Amino acid sequence: MNYETVIGLEVHVELKTKTKIFCGCRNASGAEPNTHVCPVCLGHPGTLPVLNEEAVDLALRAALALHCHINQDNKFDRKNYFYPDLPKGYQISQYDRPIGEHGYVTIEVGGVEKRIGITRLHLEEDAGKSTHSIDGTHTLVDYNRTGVPLVEIVSEPDIRSPEEARLYLEALRSILLYCRVSDCKMEEGSLRCDANISLRPLGSETFGNKAELKNMNSFRNVERGLEHEVVRQTAVLSSGGTVVQETRRFDEATQTTLSMRSKEEAHDYRYFADPDLVRVHIDDVWMESARAQIPELPQAKMARYRRDYELSAYDAGVLTAEVEVARYFEELIAGGVPAKTASNWVMGDLLAYLNSTHRTMDQSPVSPAQLAALIGEIESNRISLKQGREVFRLMAESGKSAAAIIEERGMVQLSDESALGSILDEVLANNPKSVEDYLGGKEKALAALVGQTMKATKGQANPGIVNKLLLEKLAGKKG
Amino acid sequence: MMETVKQIQESLAKRETKPSEWVAKALQQIDAHDGQIGAFLTVDREQALAAAKRLDETETEQVERSGPQPLFGIPYALKDNICTEGLRTTAASRILENYIPPYSATVLHRLEGAGGVLVGKTNMDEFAMGSSTETSAFQVTHNPHRVGHVPGGSSGGSAAAVAANMVPFALGSDTGGSIRQPAAFCGVVGVKPTYGRVSRYGLIAFASSLDQIGPFTQTVEDAAIVLNAICGFDPLDSTSTQRKAERFDEDLAAGVRGLRVGVLRHAVDGGVDAGVAAAFQKAMEVLKDAGAELVEMDLPHLDYAVATYYLLAPAEASSNLARYDGVRYGRRVEAATLLDMYEKSRSEGFGREVKRRIMIGTYALSSGYYDAYYLRAQKMRTLIRQDFTEAFATCDVIASPTVPTPAFAIGEKVDNPLQMYLNDIFTIPANLAGLPSISVPCGAVDGLPVGLQLVGQAFAEKTLLRVAYAYEQMRGFERSLGSEEVGQ
Repeated sequence: MNYETVIGLEVHVELKTKTKIFCGCRNASGAEPNTHVCPVCLGHPGTLPVLNEEAVDLALRAALALHCHINQDNKFDRKNYFYPDLPKGYQISQYDRPIGEHGYVTIEVGGVEKRIGITRLHLEEDAGKSTHSIDGTHTLVDYNRTGVPLVEIVSEPDIRSPEEARLYLEALRSILLYCRVSDCKMEEGSLRCDANISLRPLGSETFGNKAELKNMNSFRNVERGLEHEVVRQTAVLSSGGTVVQETRRFDEATQTTLSMRSKEEAHDYRYFADPDLVRVHIDDVWMESARAQIPELPQAKMARYRRDYELSAYDAGVLTAEVEVARYFEELIAGGVPAKTASNWVMGDLLAYLNSTHRTMDQSPVSPAQLAALIGEIESNRISLKQGREVFRLMAESGKSAAAIIEERGMVQLSDESALGSILDEVLANNPKSVEDYLGGKEKALAALVGQTMKATKGQANPGIVNKLLLEKLAGKKG
Repeated sequence: MMETVKQIQESLAKRETKPSEWVAKALQQIDAHDGQIGAFLTVDREQALAAAKRLDETETEQVERSGPQPLFGIPYALKDNICTEGLRTTAASRILENYIPPYSATVLHRLEGAGGVLVGKTNMDEFAMGSSTETSAFQVTHNPHRVGHVPGGSSGGSAAAVAANMVPFALGSDTGGSIRQPAAFCGVVGVKPTYGRVSRYGLIAFASSLDQIGPFTQTVEDAAIVLNAICGFDPLDSTSTQRKAERFDEDLAAGVRGLRVGVLRHAVDGGVDAGVAAAFQKAMEVLKDAGAELVEMDLPHLDYAVATYYLLAPAEASSNLARYDGVRYGRRVEAATLLDMYEKSRSEGFGREVKRRIMIGTYALSSGYYDAYYLRAQKMRTLIRQDFTEAFATCDVIASPTVPTPAFAIGEKVDNPLQMYLNDIFTIPANLAGLPSISVPCGAVDGLPVGLQLVGQAFAEKTLLRVAYAYEQMRGFERSLGSEEVGQ
């Protein structure tokens, strides 16, 4: 029997506010444990939450960017459960009236566009971070993360393959980055993803028993975990078994999923409206100002690049995947660089350099203006493309300008035909075999002669002119 | 007898006395009588004397710099569920027995700013759950009018401290009558302000949508003076009102002519003690003689108020008290597993009444029961609010006895929680509707004080105080009319 895969994702994203959602503590990761804490986020007796409007603003922006219907009257509810990293014994969340509902994200699967529905997007506070000792005798809790604002984004069960799940996550991440609502760093936990996956006979309308998958720390692991689940559940069903409804953990070492609890604990969170907080009304003015904060989103930008710059789908995709990359590309164009040239530089030397040095675009040591200047040197034939790529590497390493490096290294391109002519005569005289081969019809020998010329000029010869002069001289010998 | 806040203010203003004399007097009174009464859980003797001494020395400078502080040099007490930085705050619970808050409640900052001197923290029912102060994990508090009788609750310590002349004023908190009922039992004035008038920041929460801090004083005028100091918007409490602060003592003597006093039909029902009913009827005659118009009125859903309250308040409490888990502060009982640690810490840390309410509240919020209990109680709360809105179309304040009976004997109702809960029938509705309410002494039954309760429209504390003041001036006795009073 053939089975259809049904996947829904729950994504938690930390919002990039200056302070926490209900107190004045800084919202910053990476600090010494328990240094960004106060009586409010530690849940001391008698303390009260006060809502940070910036968190509502960012959640609203995200909800709008994901095409959600906005609930303009917002309330907060308490989700009650005990855990050491939850200081109040309840998490302040939104239960029956999320700020956003009924949205969607568009992905492209095999060249076809597909909408993945978003059931809801709601605002809530993060819990602290527990670190368990290996021997199991104690747990340390860092409350710096307690009260960091989160949005939880729940997708519809519209995803039909592990690949679609990854594409959805990439599209979602890209939109949220464009909107500047979150860092979306899965490795650092500012974006977290749980997946629900079930199989059903192809054509069936009812859902099968699902497994909830946790502990995946990269998009790739989400895809792998789901792939493993497809294989596992298919095997269970094909042998006439039933999939156990349970929570499973992705194990990175074995690339498989393992059962976390044999018996599913029934949770009753006893939600009720938090009496310490008042309702928040998002008026039309607020809605409009949030909408105005949403920039051109990746899919629209990609379409525009393909249309206006005649870039391939692949190139436009790479350039728009991250907002910083797109911004860099657009700044090059604003600096007078032709679109294709700009695209080649960004996707080639620049991204390669950043990847090899584990940097992101906003950490690029070469600014768009500096790169545009370098490209100008090449376009005006002052240096060759080959030299230019070397100059780029030196710029990245030293932080110096292209002009300074060209000057320093005396990297001026030899374009003077008479000077080159005498060098060429020498090259031809010293390489009679190549000349003979060429004249004998082996056109590849030309490349060897160009190479010798470049070597003789320490790479400074203008390859176009060298080619032209060589062909002229060889044609003379032929005749 | 301890002078009133007003009298101390005048004496200090005339430079007849110094702050330290009043603080010393309060401490002497506590030393002399608190062994018998048990009003205080903590007396902050050294700090109080040091603070008073500083005020003695800076008095002139202070007055010249920023004008007279309204509570300059006046000693006071706080209920032990109001957080005081560096000073043990227990909510009368074992679970917070050694808890020292890292911050202070907004009301403490307000009172300090007004020049008041904190002398100590008062006993209460554990987490304010009770009507007799008997559920305190630490001690029993006696009614100064009759040792062996309860002072009421949950703010019994604050009421007793004022009644026994230990302090001229004290703060309590009122969730379902916890200021007004002990004020009535102890023969002092108690005010529960409109919900949102006084910041709850730093008040250890019992039921957040009902809790409100308010004063105990000897006179209505003193209550107005204290309200001036503690009311006002606080950015740390989202539910505090943004309304401008008022001068509550301004129009006290404006009289009641032309005001309509609604007389609650249930006020002299069969459930009300005959002596209490008589005292109440006499009070109504006094108001009538003073020029008020008496109007018969009804709150149609009053019979459901107690049931509504005893679902909503425990529901909120079950969540509010979840933070006492032994992890970060308070009592922790070490155990092999996390679950055991939680269970042992909370089993040992909470008393019977608190556990009872946590269980009722957890049940009311549980899936499958939520609609039948919590949601239905919320709907009833809305109906009770509407009852008041309709009632205020025909009257300006609503009068009833504060409590159907005078103070009962210690131990009398401990094992009968339902009877104890019914004691709150007249006080609970004002909390459910968020309205301001006051209890003023209106006589005594066999030497035990009786209180007259008035409920006003939201934010109409001034009308409420005006009626209470007019009554107080004309009622024909100085103070509570109680007998055998300790602390005279």
